[in-house]
Amino acid sequence: MTHWMNNQVRILDDDSLPRYMHYAEDFITYKFPEGTRVLYPKPPMAAIKNRRAAIRQALNNPEGGVEPLHTQLKAGMKVTIAVDDISVPLPPMKRPDLRQDMLEIIVEQLVENGVEDFEIVVALALHRRMSEAEIRRMVGDKIFDAYYPKKLYNMDAEDPDALVVLGQTDQNEDVQILKRAADSDLLIYVNINFVPMNGGFKSIGTGLAGYKGIKHHHNPETILKCKSYMDPKNSALYSSNERMGRFINETINVFHIETTLNNKMYDDSMMFLARAEDDWSPSDHMKFRSMQWALSKLPRKGKRALFHKIPADYGLIGVHAGPTEAVHEKTLEKCWQQHAVKIKGQADVLVYGIPFASPYNVNSILNPILVQVMALGYFFNMYRGMPVVKKDGTLIITHPCYDEFDPEHHPSYVEFFNRCLSQTNRTCELRKWEEEFATNPNYVEMFRRGNAYHGVHPFYMWYWGENGRDHIGNVIVVGAENDHVPARLGWLTAKTMDEALEMARDFHGPNPDITMMHHPPFMVADVE
Amino acid sequence: MTEESANKNDENMSEKRKTAAFYDVDGTLISTNVIHAYAYYALNSPSMLDRVKRASKLIGSLPMYWIADKYDRKAFNDAFYANYKGFTEDRLVILGEEIFEKIIRPNIFEGAFSLIKNSKAQGHDQILITGAIDYITKPLAQYLGVDDWVANRLEIKDGFATGRLIKPMIAGANKALWVRRYAEKKGYDLDGSFAYADSGSDIPLLSVVGNPCAVNPDFKLKTTARAYDWPVLNL
Repeated sequence: MTHWMNNQVRILDDDSLPRYMHYAEDFITYKFPEGTRVLYPKPPMAAIKNRRAAIRQALNNPEGGVEPLHTQLKAGMKVTIAVDDISVPLPPMKRPDLRQDMLEIIVEQLVENGVEDFEIVVALALHRRMSEAEIRRMVGDKIFDAYYPKKLYNMDAEDPDALVVLGQTDQNEDVQILKRAADSDLLIYVNINFVPMNGGFKSIGTGLAGYKGIKHHHNPETILKCKSYMDPKNSALYSSNERMGRFINETINVFHIETTLNNKMYDDSMMFLARAEDDWSPSDHMKFRSMQWALSKLPRKGKRALFHKIPADYGLIGVHAGPTEAVHEKTLEKCWQQHAVKIKGQADVLVYGIPFASPYNVNSILNPILVQVMALGYFFNMYRGMPVVKKDGTLIITHPCYDEFDPEHHPSYVEFFNRCLSQTNRTCELRKWEEEFATNPNYVEMFRRGNAYHGVHPFYMWYWGENGRDHIGNVIVVGAENDHVPARLGWLTAKTMDEALEMARDFHGPNPDITMMHHPPFMVADVE
Repeated sequence: MTEESANKNDENMSEKRKTAAFYDVDGTLISTNVIHAYAYYALNSPSMLDRVKRASKLIGSLPMYWIADKYDRKAFNDAFYANYKGFTEDRLVILGEEIFEKIIRPNIFEGAFSLIKNSKAQGHDQILITGAIDYITKPLAQYLGVDDWVANRLEIKDGFATGRLIKPMIAGANKALWVRRYAEKKGYDLDGSFAYADSGSDIPLLSVVGNPCAVNPDFKLKTTARAYDWPVLNL
């Protein structure tokens, strides 16, 4: 019998049902030992029914005592609208994407107020360019047909004429930003907040910068000073972005519109996947088994293509507009309401499955470096207060660790994995190649003219896992289909979860405290 | 020696020696090719009769050139450069500059400029290696501001082109040979050097450097690039 600590925390008993875990493009199940604590996401908060009305309401009644957007618009002014890229939300949401609603309303207000000189820029920073089809899906046909590609386009962080350094913060960080935004009378940032690390000063501080600006916070020193990326107050990464953002806000007139999503990742027929297995109906169990069987019959490429085609059913739970800080405070409040799961005490052993997707492989492959960032960067950081696992604890993940890369999206990852990681996985040694990758002319051109992530991106993904690597004693991967990928990542392997838990017992004694985080859908553990 | 120490040694060596970026030209940096250039020469022959003769012969030979180019670059060059027989050297020089201005310059890929600029900024010497003729390549090299270039040279006797190329012919595997010899002579570290090409016939050229890159590749090169994890650029 499973015990409920609260709706999101369950303690398993001897006769509790097995739990499922993501295993890339598959699912595996395992019956955890008695006493295992399983954390579940909160149910999705009720979505705002009339999204467009809520957006208009936010624009007309901004936070922080500023004027409504329409009263700030004057004929003859120059306006830049920056919009979050495809990395959020994950998976992409059903059409219409929330950005479509926001852009249509903002553009309508610009046109009504006689503003002709406006451009819509996808805030890519060092992410890959979005394809035409992806942009169309994100902004909708109306905006796309009217403005692409002249007034709606991907930002190019390697165009020497496109970026400008406004100055330096008091910590000597270069504040780099899109020149068009710096030259504008008004910069409107259109955001989607998926988890608490999104949005705020990071939107512009990172989203509209290039390598020269981003390297000041995307580095191992800053990452190691972060207690959690999800807790802006204790994140050195966010603090650096905040310094840059404040500097920018002193120079440029910035108006944010931030939206918060609930965690309804699945449509109604599949929502049982977000609930505890104990609460599944017989039909849910049947559906799950059928799905597992069907997936076992499909080739990996087919499964991947299928999963990337299934959009999420996210709902809007909050929309706020106005100055960065006042808006983000409200956004975070909503985010915590949706995602925070209170727990007491840390675990010796933390377990989670790694799914097929990350923010950096939409319509692509979760390559080994991205598996690493999901395990040690994103999922490890899904906490506030203290990490879910004790210092030097054990992390067990489930993933096949296939040696597959997307040559169009992740060309520099291939070299990073095969040339650099084959020699060392010590971050201090890997860093010597960072500049070479960042400035490699091949990667620069593939970033500018293809659909490749910036040459430096695999380094950032590696650094992103640094606080997890520093905190965790051992990572054990269950179900790896080869030895070399886990070895290069510095991980141990186990064929089964039984074997992995046995290994963990060697580290922590016969009765370790085991916690499983049952995501996605995502949760952020509020650890006391 | 272990693989790790070999890699370390290689990297230490790379730090000490100069490096280069070698560029194939037709289809890689520009969208035109040797046939466009010859067509211009043919259509600007001094006499009307000669113009008609040369243009007709060119059109009639295009299928053969296409096949020869796919299967044997040397055979293509032997057959193709015979067309130049009878041109005076003066005319080749003057029209070469015209061809650059009217045909080549407007067809340089936009990305070629930034690729060369970024490569220069990384300290790599810029070198063109092309099967086109030198009269056309020289103004392009000057325009792009590259450090050196090599192109095919027509044999000239008594002021007239004989229709033969001076050996070694710059094509296919010979490009790789030329690069290796050039690097040895000039002290370049090929492992740290880059090469860019668009055609399957340039696989030997790409294979002699540590950083090969397929640019606007044909099917054969794209397949090879994918198999060996070479970057693929579309300029």
